[in-house]
Amino acid sequence: MSDAIKAVTMPKWGLAMEEGTLVAWHVPEGAPVRPGDDLVDIETTKITNVMESTAGGNLRRRVVDEGACVPVGALLGVVADASLPDAEIDAFVVRFNADFVVAAAAAAETGPPEPEMMEVAGNRISYQRMGEGSPPLVLVHGFGGDLNNWLFNQPVLAASRATYALDLPGHGRSGKDVGSGEITAFARTLTAFLDALRLEQVHLVGHSLGGAIVLDLAVRQPERVASLTLIAPAALGGEINADYIEGFIATGRRKEMRAVLGMLFADPALVSRDMVDEILKYKRLDGVAAALAAIAGDAFPDGRQSRDLKSCLGDLRMPAQVIWGRQDRILPVAQGDGLPANVPMHVLDDAGHMAHMEAATQVNALIEDLLGQ
Amino acid sequence: MAKKSYRQAINEALALEMRRDPTVIVMGEDNAGGMGAPGADDAWGGVLGVTMGLMPEFGRERVLDTPISESAFIGAAVGAAATGLRPVAELMFVDFMGVCFDQIFNQAAKFKYMFGGNAVTPVVIRTMYGAGFRAASQHSQTLYPMFTHIPGLKVVVPSSPYDAKGLMIQAIRDDDPVIFFEHKVMYDIEEEVPDEAYTIPFGEANLTREGEDVTIVAIGRMVQFANEVADTLAKDGINCSVIDPRTTSPLDMDTILESVEETGRLVVVDEASPRCNMATDISAAVAQHAFAALKAPIRMVTPPHTPVPFAPQLEDLYVPNPAQIETAVRAVAGYAR
Repeated sequence: MSDAIKAVTMPKWGLAMEEGTLVAWHVPEGAPVRPGDDLVDIETTKITNVMESTAGGNLRRRVVDEGACVPVGALLGVVADASLPDAEIDAFVVRFNADFVVAAAAAAETGPPEPEMMEVAGNRISYQRMGEGSPPLVLVHGFGGDLNNWLFNQPVLAASRATYALDLPGHGRSGKDVGSGEITAFARTLTAFLDALRLEQVHLVGHSLGGAIVLDLAVRQPERVASLTLIAPAALGGEINADYIEGFIATGRRKEMRAVLGMLFADPALVSRDMVDEILKYKRLDGVAAALAAIAGDAFPDGRQSRDLKSCLGDLRMPAQVIWGRQDRILPVAQGDGLPANVPMHVLDDAGHMAHMEAATQVNALIEDLLGQ
Repeated sequence: MAKKSYRQAINEALALEMRRDPTVIVMGEDNAGGMGAPGADDAWGGVLGVTMGLMPEFGRERVLDTPISESAFIGAAVGAAATGLRPVAELMFVDFMGVCFDQIFNQAAKFKYMFGGNAVTPVVIRTMYGAGFRAASQHSQTLYPMFTHIPGLKVVVPSSPYDAKGLMIQAIRDDDPVIFFEHKVMYDIEEEVPDEAYTIPFGEANLTREGEDVTIVAIGRMVQFANEVADTLAKDGINCSVIDPRTTSPLDMDTILESVEETGRLVVVDEASPRCNMATDISAAVAQHAFAALKAPIRMVTPPHTPVPFAPQLEDLYVPNPAQIETAVRAVAGYAR
């Protein structure tokens, strides 16, 4: 009968995550839950996020109390039909925890996988591969981001296909030479990256500047793109929050950077000390200041976006969609108004610019839906 | 990202800057080892191996073994800096600095000021400090306060491998004289350090723990002790912010004051002798600028005012330890008027 009993476990959000704290339960013990219901708030050193239930039934057990910190994969609770006897639930918990101790000991031997490095068009490109299956999916972050921005998405999307998240030139652990910094140049690097990995046709997901880059690629090489998901993409309008761009480039101080990063989220409290630390560490690397200045100088001169690709959307023949957080303070959600009929627009009420982090479950579901078409 | 030791991190910073800039040289006693004598080249790499491997890559022209005469080679380094090189001189133990105070205090620190701002003196002096190495009272002192006292010098005290690399690259690129303090018992601690070059600006404190109850300011090796205590006390519901100033000159008082405004409680941990050290300096500044925010008297955790003892049992009692820090934090957290 164990198929009817569903384990709720500590998720792994990002490669570096080894443990998480259960901040709060949203569902009382014994109460019914449906798939998609908010179940628990999980805090990692990087971010706090809500985990939704994937199962339906009743929350029969809360195995972990609020405030407890447990390793990734540990049993948090049990969802099962109300009719199952308590004894079966208890037996499930005992069996799960016994197996988990053994598995954890084995995992400790290996450690987390490292991103890979590859030479692409004269630049060093760092990328993370996860999952198996075709056609693969490629995730492209935005200005100042890196492959870790997809920590809530890549592991989920990798369940049924190969996925690749890369660091664009000038970002993360990739080489810092961005040349002219043009969107088109990034799209050429992305093409070379796909060539190097022999990925003939891919699903593309791009966020912000990465959205403009994947759109540019889809316009030039439509045959390579199985589907296109643009999350708060650049190049669909003129307006951009210049305070954010200038602040991100200029500040090296923790307190100011925390305020700048707060603009990315509907809830600025999501910005943790570790998130600020990682951005500051990135910005201290030789070449980053010049790379960011070059990109911003080309894409956002004088506090406005220089390119508008909106007119290209109507000609796209592959399935495509746009996802935007209603509370986006970097690129206004209104830039997604008036899209052609072939590109549906999904607005997420409780998300800011980083919709794929703040509303990860919804974004993942929208991507899965598009890929299923 | 690879884990690297404090020693490797500093070595990598030196190698990266020597590749980038041909004016960067290193010099010091046995920085390569074996000069003018039979036997293996590069046998030492400095007394604790920090410069190992530089001589084979950059040659003896740029990796100089000096005579055992600190006053001579520190003077030479200051002169070389004034005339166009970027020397990184290693003065083994900071305890020996006394014989070259004139070169540092009166020459290097004063050139910019006395020549109307037109002179630059981009010299870095690396030196080891700190007790716990069983090296007795002439090889164990923590003397960064003496250099912090002198206007015109920048003073760096890294507490981790990541910081050591970024601060060393910043020190080499800086146009002012920098005294770079390496704690001799920290060389083998490891953490993830990027392979690429990066700089950490001077005068920017690190926040290694964040909490709203007590501010702990700790310097150099004391930072890891303060972190341990913060983690222990967090389990008891006492949440500490730990601030590592990284550089004692310039000193990031803004970050310290902002934190004390929030917590109202301050403990300063300093391995230097207790009179006229960083603990007294920071405490005075907080008393002057954030007195109204204080909810408890400031506590300082320092060694006693004695030479560092040679007897191991006494040396262990001399060095500030996590138990003393914990006692101090509990005292300020539980203080009632």
